[in-house]
Amino acid sequence: MIVVLNNRVDRNSFELLSKARKLADKAFMKLVFLLISNSKKNIEELVRFGPDVVILALHERFERFSLDPFLSTSKKILEKYSPSIVLAPATTFGRTLMPALAASFRTGLTADCTELDVDEKGNLLQTRPAIGGNVMATIVTPFHRPQMATVRPGVFEIEEQKKRNTIFVEEPVENPEDRCQLVRVEPKQAGAKLEEAKIIVSVGKGLRKKENVELAFRLASLVKGAVGASRAVVDARWLSHDHQVGLSGKTVKPKIYIAAGISGAVQHLAGMQTSEIVVAINKDRHAPIFRVADIGIVADASWALSELIRRLERDDDGSRR
Amino acid sequence: MNFLVLVKQVPDTEKVKIDPNTGTLVREGLDITMNPLDAHALELAVSLKEKFGGSVTVLSMGPMNTVDVLRNAIALGADRAILLSDVALAGSDTWATSLALARTIQKLSIQYDLLICGEKSIDGETGQVGIELATLLNLPAISYVSELIEIGRDFVLVRRSVEDAHEIWKAPLPVCLCVLKSVAEPRLPTLSGKKKAMDAKIEIYNVKDIKIDPEEVGLKGSPTRVVKVFNTKVSRNCTIYEDKDVPEGINRLAELIRRTLAGEPV
Repeated sequence: MIVVLNNRVDRNSFELLSKARKLADKAFMKLVFLLISNSKKNIEELVRFGPDVVILALHERFERFSLDPFLSTSKKILEKYSPSIVLAPATTFGRTLMPALAASFRTGLTADCTELDVDEKGNLLQTRPAIGGNVMATIVTPFHRPQMATVRPGVFEIEEQKKRNTIFVEEPVENPEDRCQLVRVEPKQAGAKLEEAKIIVSVGKGLRKKENVELAFRLASLVKGAVGASRAVVDARWLSHDHQVGLSGKTVKPKIYIAAGISGAVQHLAGMQTSEIVVAINKDRHAPIFRVADIGIVADASWALSELIRRLERDDDGSRR
Repeated sequence: MNFLVLVKQVPDTEKVKIDPNTGTLVREGLDITMNPLDAHALELAVSLKEKFGGSVTVLSMGPMNTVDVLRNAIALGADRAILLSDVALAGSDTWATSLALARTIQKLSIQYDLLICGEKSIDGETGQVGIELATLLNLPAISYVSELIEIGRDFVLVRRSVEDAHEIWKAPLPVCLCVLKSVAEPRLPTLSGKKKAMDAKIEIYNVKDIKIDPEEVGLKGSPTRVVKVFNTKVSRNCTIYEDKDVPEGINRLAELIRRTLAGEPV
C-alpha cells in the first residue's frame, strides 16, 4: 500500500497521486490518499487521479497544521493500515510532519525527492539532489517500513486517470491534544506563482542593482509570467524567498525560462533544469548557465531585458492597430 | 533560562569547487565551517541569554575536527560545548543522528528551556534532524520560526512562516524551535570571545560514554542506504548570440515568447 498524505486537496496532492498511481501499478500495490484536514473541500476531484481509497480524518483542529494533533492522528491511522510507502509533499506541512512520523516509526525518510521508482522487491527508489545539488543520490530503506519520502512540489506531472471506484472512508478523530496554541494567523500576499507560470523571468546579481528587478516584473506582466530569482538576489533582499528558484527554493518547469544575469550555480540549476526552453542572458560568455541553456545571449542582462520589453511592446501596439 | 543549540560542521561551500570533467565535488583542501543557518540559531540563543540570563550549550555530532566549529561557537557567546564523536557514528542518517543526539541529551541530563535548531544544513539539506530529535525527546516543536516575539517563564511566543501565512504560536517550555535565518543576524566573534574560546574546554564523548549501542547508529543503525550517486546531465545545445548577433538573439526570444503566448508549438 502506498499512502499519499496531505492536509489539503491541492496541486501537490494531484502531482503526488499521479506519480504514486504509476508506482502502485508497477508494484501491484493499493493507492490510498490520506487527508487530514478540517474540510472536505475538493475531495471529489481526487477520483480523477486514481486513488483506490481516500481516507478522511476530519476535525476542526486541523484547520492549520500543528505537529501534536497531526502526528497523533496520522500515526494512529498509519498504524492501522500499515502501508509500505508513505509520501507527502515537501511543503512546510510535509517537511514537519514526516520527520516526526519517521522518528515515531523508527524508519527512514528521504527529503525533497525529485524522482521516485519502485524495484521488483517493492523498495522505493528515492532520488534527490545531494552535496548541495552537485550530484543526485538514490536512497532506499531496505529493512524498515514504512518507507517515507517528501517530494518537491512541481517535479511530477499531473496526470488524470480513467475513473475507478474510489472508496471513501472516514476515520474517527478523537479530540486531538495540542501542547501548542495558535494565537493568530496573518495571511501572506499571494506568492510569486512560479509553479504555474508558463514563462518565468528569473533574475540574478548580474542585474547590478535592485531597481533593475523592476524590468523583470515589467517583462513578466507583459508575458503573463512570473518573476524568479537566484539565491544571491534573495540573500541581498532584492526579492523575497517566494521567488527563489533552486535547491533551497522552488523547482519550476515553465515552457520558457529566462535566466537574466544568473551565472548558474548548481544549486540554481537543480531547480530549473526541467524547464522546456532555457534562455540565458549574461555578460560572461563562460558563465555555467550557458551550458544548460538552449539560447544564449551574451549581453548585459538589464539592457537585454529592456530591449526585449521594447520589442514586445512594439509587437503589442502592432496587433492592436 | 537555558538554551541548547544544535550545530553542524559543513564544508565551506564558498570554496567548494566542482570538477568540470566529472561534475563531482573537489574535496581536497576543503575547510569546514559552522552550518550558516546554525549561526542564526546560536545568535538567537546568545542574544536571549544576554537579555534574560542563563546559559547557552552547543551540541554537535561529527568528526574530531568539529572541535574548531565548537570553539567558534564559544567565541560567539556559547558557554558550554559538547561534541559526540565516534567512528561508530559515521554514515548516520537523520534517524540515527537524532537518536544519538537524543541519547546524549538524556545521558548528560542537559538542561534546557529552548532547544534551537537551524532550518537545515547546507550540505545534507534535509532539515529533518530537529523535528526527529524533538519527537524522540517528546518535546513540542515548532518549525519554520521566523521570529521569537516573546519569551516568558513557561512559554514562548513565535511567528511561524508557512506558504500562505504568518502564524503566531504560543508554546510551552521546554520546546524545540526550528528557526529560519530571520530570527537573528549572527555577530562576529570579539577578541575576548576568541581568547575565551582558545582556553575553553570542549567536552568530547564517544558512544561508550553515552551508552549508545554502536549497532543502533552509524551506517548499521541507519534505516536508509544510499545505493547510487550520479551526475545530473545538465547539458543542452546552446545557440549563442554575441556581439553583433545579440539583436538577432533578442528577436528570436521575442518570437519564442509570442508563439508560446499564442499557444503555438515552439
